[in-house]
Amino acid sequence: MPERFREDLCEPDRKELAEGPAYRFELDRRDWISSIGAGLLVSAAGKVVFSPGGASAQVRPSQRLHLGEDGSITVLTGKVEFGQGSRTEILQAAAEELRVSPDALQVVLADTAETPNDGSTAGSRTTPSTIPVVRRASAAARELLVRTAAEAWNLDASELRVEAGAVVGAGNRLSYADLARSKGPESTVDDNVPRGVPLTEVPDWTVLGQTLPKVGARAIVTGAHRYPCDIVRPNMLYGAVLRPPSYGAQLESVDLAPGQELGAVAVRDGEFVGCAAKTSYEARKALESISETARWRTVAHPPSEGLGTYLKRHAQPSAGGRRGARRREHGDVDGALAAAQTVESSYEIPYVQHAPLEPRAAVAEWDEGRLTVWTGTQRPFGVREQLAEAFRLSADQARVVVPDTGGGFGGKHTGEVAVEAARLARAAGRPVSLRWTREEEFAWAYFRPAAAFEVRAGLSEEKIVAWDFTAYNPGTAAIETPYAVPNVRTQYFPCDSPLREGSYRGIGATGNNYAREVFMDELAGVAGLDPLEFRLANLDDGRLSAVLRAAADRFAWSASKSSGRNRGSGIAAGFEKGSYIAICAQVRVEGGSVEVERLVSAFDCGTILNPGNLRAQIEGCVIQGLGAALTEEIRFAGGKLLNGSFAQYPLPRFRSTPPMETVLLNRPDIPSAGAGETPIIAVAPALANAVFAATGQRMRSLPLRASAA
Amino acid sequence: MARFTVQVNGNRLAVESPPDRPLLDVLREDFGLTGTKYGCGEGQCRACTVLVDGQPTASCLTPISSVDGTSVTTIEGLASGDQLTALQQAFIDMDGAQCGYCTAGMIVEATALLKRNRKPSRSEIVDAMNPHLCRCCGYRNILASVELAARRWEASDA
Repeated sequence: MPERFREDLCEPDRKELAEGPAYRFELDRRDWISSIGAGLLVSAAGKVVFSPGGASAQVRPSQRLHLGEDGSITVLTGKVEFGQGSRTEILQAAAEELRVSPDALQVVLADTAETPNDGSTAGSRTTPSTIPVVRRASAAARELLVRTAAEAWNLDASELRVEAGAVVGAGNRLSYADLARSKGPESTVDDNVPRGVPLTEVPDWTVLGQTLPKVGARAIVTGAHRYPCDIVRPNMLYGAVLRPPSYGAQLESVDLAPGQELGAVAVRDGEFVGCAAKTSYEARKALESISETARWRTVAHPPSEGLGTYLKRHAQPSAGGRRGARRREHGDVDGALAAAQTVESSYEIPYVQHAPLEPRAAVAEWDEGRLTVWTGTQRPFGVREQLAEAFRLSADQARVVVPDTGGGFGGKHTGEVAVEAARLARAAGRPVSLRWTREEEFAWAYFRPAAAFEVRAGLSEEKIVAWDFTAYNPGTAAIETPYAVPNVRTQYFPCDSPLREGSYRGIGATGNNYAREVFMDELAGVAGLDPLEFRLANLDDGRLSAVLRAAADRFAWSASKSSGRNRGSGIAAGFEKGSYIAICAQVRVEGGSVEVERLVSAFDCGTILNPGNLRAQIEGCVIQGLGAALTEEIRFAGGKLLNGSFAQYPLPRFRSTPPMETVLLNRPDIPSAGAGETPIIAVAPALANAVFAATGQRMRSLPLRASAA
Repeated sequence: MARFTVQVNGNRLAVESPPDRPLLDVLREDFGLTGTKYGCGEGQCRACTVLVDGQPTASCLTPISSVDGTSVTTIEGLASGDQLTALQQAFIDMDGAQCGYCTAGMIVEATALLKRNRKPSRSEIVDAMNPHLCRCCGYRNILASVELAARRWEASDA
């Protein structure tokens, strides 16, 4: 990886969403009624606990790993499982270093009362950050086991080996359970945790590096797994929340009585209006009756038509801070441009929706002023803060538990549904389950940012000598070109966004890499070079060149030139979050539609931890990217979405899945980077470039709108 | 309110309900069968698919009154005790679930498909499954799961 990217690897995208609570509650004290039902918490048993070198200063020493006297071993992390495979890979990491069978381990994820704060599950950070922490803790536990045994048996540690959860040597055996029974209280053990224990070398891996069946798969295929929307508490009600008729509309008046007459609990607290009833049907009916009485003050709101122009006009070049504008420059860009053959172009991308199949859902329960919320969020500790702030609680009075959840893709960083469920539960004095409708999820979640781009470059024969890239609103991920250009200026401006926006798979990298890689194709055309050759000629990053070559080889890129009319092949590559993707695609344009006939991806994320899961992540990410490339675009006018439903917002389906191949480039010499996001960034530009090859039409906005020649 | 009786996974269950309440809500909230999922409420994602008298049906669009006296099978009703069906096992073996939220609908749909067509071609599987959304876009592993189950089923017949 070129040195110039190290800084970006550590900086979250400026569009990565982290915000405060959605409501300012008055919290009428008459609401307080103690709820029914005891807490669920069962503490992980066991005395011996380790946390050497936690990911965060907030990690308590006793929170990483529990060895039970009963032989149970529990790994704890604050990460969440949304389908990306974190649970399985964390299990593998612990099993590898502890030298136990994966079947002997439990993994507890994302419970603010039980697990360490490992930050948000975002930015592809679980693999590079959390896996090593789990490995270090597990290796330290193994080392303590060995040292304890060596001391007890008066043997040298080198004569001992750990296998199947126990250390053995000279006819003796000591298991982790024996260790747990033999040690004193946690605090004394914490002090004795060995530091700096070497991790198992990649060639010696027996559990990591393998494909393991997904942990929890049996509960999924039998319907037994409880997603956030499936949690049931004693005496629980179901909720429904009133939404404004349009963006920015303010509630002037509302009458709760019609809902109450239907037997529902109804509450208004500032802008918040909601109902809770014995069934979700009754809650919806009550809410509808209340909704009919609501009076709103609406405000003007720009339409999606002309959005790119709107964003440029509403750029905020002076915005500072973590989410502000950014400008980087090295070399003499203007001088180099003046001396070179210049090419310029502009691009646009729309808002798109994550549309996780499980909409936002939460179950909230109050017990003696303490709040527990089960909800699907990628930021459990952030949502705990939101709850604490909204309800004026201390952090230890609010607990967030994240059951393995039905998809997120960056779209579930926020806790609005948790706050809403908790407000309803407080009003009802009973637990409340709240699940957003699909319509709510489309309109009131947030969107992948829309963006516009202006790009200029200077060419000297086949070399790019100057690069001037201005991005309006996409975010900053992958904004720097990975190509070797001596004079580079990169500017990022956040814009006044008509819609609420935030994280997404790759966030800013989706737009930045789309604009860059389509422009690279345009430059290749001006330079008179094959798009692959042109890229390779301008690269000094061997790993990016390697994925390009690997994809091109498998695709038979050089043989694909002679495509027929309206059929063509395109290539694109990208680097983000420490991993590398290249995609070759062949498309056929028929009428106004683009059919992907074949797609080859090559991917390098360093050492492969679980090839099956990696392949699934890449393929799912690429297919999800087909939607954003070909069909997805949020349209709005008058403050309302025009296509906020699955019927109106086409997403990839079985039939839209092309024949595809995935080449995995394993690099056991390089630490593992995350893989769930980067593959998406090469999809749209590869298809756009293929459409150009097929029709001669440059695709400078998404979704691609091609017409057959 | 009226009383409706449904044979659910072999058990005769009754509910007092408004007639237009969706079967999905009754299954989840009255019968405690949360394996069947809400995805969109408009029959576009089919996460809520159950079998009504053997036919794959979007339970979100099915009023409880319309299934009075029928037999309904949900994801919870497929396995016999600990014995998974060939499809359930194949979804484990082929990594057919990422987040798994669509999986119940997928397996129920595929169960009906394999019942009426023991040797479906790939395109027949795609046609049957296409109404189902998987937002993780794990379509390839889902297809592989259904194909594996069909092959195993065929092998066990031979």
